[in-house]
Amino acid sequence: MRLQNKDLLDIESLSAEEIALVLDTAVSFKEIGTRAIKKVPTLRGRTVVNLFYEPSTRTRVSFEIAAKRLSADAINVSVSGSSVVKGESLLDTVRNLQAMAPDVLVMRHPASGAPYFVARRLQAAVVNAGDGMHEHPTQALLDAFTIRERKGALARLRVAIVGDLLHSRVFRSNLRLLTKMGSHVTVAGPPTLIPPEVEKLGARVAPSVEDALEGADVVMMLRVQKERMQGGYFPSVREYFRFFALTRARIERARGDVIILHPGPMNRGLEIESAVADGPYSVILDQVTNGVAVRMAVLYLLAGAGAEAS
Amino acid sequence: MTGRIVIRGARVVDPTQGLDRVADILIEGGKVSAIGGPFPAAGASVLDAKGLVAVPGFVDMHVHLREPGFEYKETIATGTAAAAAGGFTAVATMANTSPVNDCAAVTEYILEKAALAGKARVHPIGATTRGMEGRELAEIGEMVAAGAVAISDDGKPVSDPNVMRRAMEYARMFGIAVIEHCETPELHPGGVMNEGYWSTALGLRGIPRASEEIAVDRGIRLAELTGVRFHVAHLSTAGALASVRAAKARGLPVTCEVTPHHLLLTDERVGQYDTQAKMKPPLTTEEDRLALLEGLRDGAVDAIATDHAPHHQDEKDEDFDCAPFGIVGLETAVALSLDRLVRPGLVSLARMVELLATGPSRILKVEGGTLAPGSRADVTLLDVERPLRVEPRSFLSKGKNTPFGGWELTGRAVRTVVGGVTVWALD
Repeated sequence: MRLQNKDLLDIESLSAEEIALVLDTAVSFKEIGTRAIKKVPTLRGRTVVNLFYEPSTRTRVSFEIAAKRLSADAINVSVSGSSVVKGESLLDTVRNLQAMAPDVLVMRHPASGAPYFVARRLQAAVVNAGDGMHEHPTQALLDAFTIRERKGALARLRVAIVGDLLHSRVFRSNLRLLTKMGSHVTVAGPPTLIPPEVEKLGARVAPSVEDALEGADVVMMLRVQKERMQGGYFPSVREYFRFFALTRARIERARGDVIILHPGPMNRGLEIESAVADGPYSVILDQVTNGVAVRMAVLYLLAGAGAEAS
Repeated sequence: MTGRIVIRGARVVDPTQGLDRVADILIEGGKVSAIGGPFPAAGASVLDAKGLVAVPGFVDMHVHLREPGFEYKETIATGTAAAAAGGFTAVATMANTSPVNDCAAVTEYILEKAALAGKARVHPIGATTRGMEGRELAEIGEMVAAGAVAISDDGKPVSDPNVMRRAMEYARMFGIAVIEHCETPELHPGGVMNEGYWSTALGLRGIPRASEEIAVDRGIRLAELTGVRFHVAHLSTAGALASVRAAKARGLPVTCEVTPHHLLLTDERVGQYDTQAKMKPPLTTEEDRLALLEGLRDGAVDAIATDHAPHHQDEKDEDFDCAPFGIVGLETAVALSLDRLVRPGLVSLARMVELLATGPSRILKVEGGTLAPGSRADVTLLDVERPLRVEPRSFLSKGKNTPFGGWELTGRAVRTVVGGVTVWALD
């Protein structure tokens, strides 16, 4: 089995079988990361370009390590602002990249939908590494991998997602993935940061964080961008912490074997208490480890033997 | 101007005369002199129009011809050629040019260019405020004297209610309508599409329908205060239409137009970030769309206008956030109306003529919208059975930006006659 599309742009167009394929493939790649020599020749001679229009540390590094462990040539291009300065359109950037014949383009862009624009015009496989407020599919896949590792399966779990849902691509990808796999997603956060009609995407909107955490198997905290405070979405850090942060007191409402995820980078003391972030329920660093394995699986399925079979 | 012309044997549909029958139209000296006949062919040029429908020339009261200043998007010559090819004998062009049409010199420039282009008639709409900056009144009287038919800061709504009030009070003296692009931009920084399920699913910043509704309600209150004729441009929501309907019921001089795209498409059409579905106001929901259709039937809507907004292909070939708002409409509106409104029986042909000819002419107080004897011979001939496949590449407009590319339509304009002169004909 292989992925149906040339690209990985979103979770929405993946089937449950394709999601399982990525996760199963990642299991074997995870083992490579535990070896003394963390490298296999699978993608030798392939070129992976990481094109990042937004600053990123962990996602870019994670993709780079994934590519290198598969022996691909990985090139990082950071264009935050520079294309605007040069006045080069996205279309021209794509044409230039095409001329250099990469095999995979990993792309992060501040505009929702930008990877679709690129994928339609590029022969290479495009991996969306986060587009605006839309999706961040590899994040959801690595979250799913982490959850499955701990819970054994992805079905019939009660998952609470808390924080800035409105601007979150991590949220949108996770909501789609978890509902596709048969879990129940409840969300909570400041009413100003709940996207309109999000219920139609399958989320239950809880009246409070306490309500959302009640009986949860999994809690996923979202990063709060402090700029949002200036945007008038909430009054102060103090007030945010009081009503919406994940604290030791609140976590008591979840199941005893709850796990806590955060896509990072964390704002300690804003959306999460340090004692929780570093506590026994936290799988936040597992997410980072698993991120490499899942991205190796994605690169392999799009550019490796899986793709050649097509 | 022209000699004697006989348009022979068309079905003449003119709601201003309660007319819907096969007849000849006799044109003399650029004016309609009689409808009936048969009129003798001797000494006349005869246009055989059997099987066709003759209607008062269509008037698009909301277009952007882009000249002066944005000739790379459209010129008065290409825009009026597109109008003629779409069955429009006249267009009213918005003031957001560069320089802005906020003084008589620009108004005169537009009219001179239009006279040279020689296709559809052009009615300039003056800016409401100087530079469309929302602060000082534009030279409204000067522009009206030069030929402007209304005022509007279309695209940049007048934010300060006091400025709007003064503009309305002042414009009333000249008997013109104040046309407002009803939007409350402070409500939705960065908004690019209708706020709702699709904006959430696509992760695009939304524009709530209240943005338009607040501005429509404000305009209606100010129209009541000032007594001016107030016209809502490109109305798009059920709530805004309800406000207009209620204002009319109270006897206020309030009118509105809707666009073909708001009548035929919803926000779902954004699909995978198609910039051809990005315009202001944004495409709204099915509930809104059905309300607008009802408004066509019950008279709450006074006009169909295209908001023809040509952009260069390079500008639309961008990600959704970057691409400019707006689509073209001159070469699709009539065919879309015939195929999607008249053919399924949503409106009659006579009502379509009211919406696309008579209504806009009345609002702008310009000649046209009728074939009554003595009126200017602006006539559009339609073939309601003729198929049309929308091919943006073959548009006469410089703008190819349409969400209707590839649509297969039945019924279209086949000849456009302005003042007795054929300015465009198919084949």
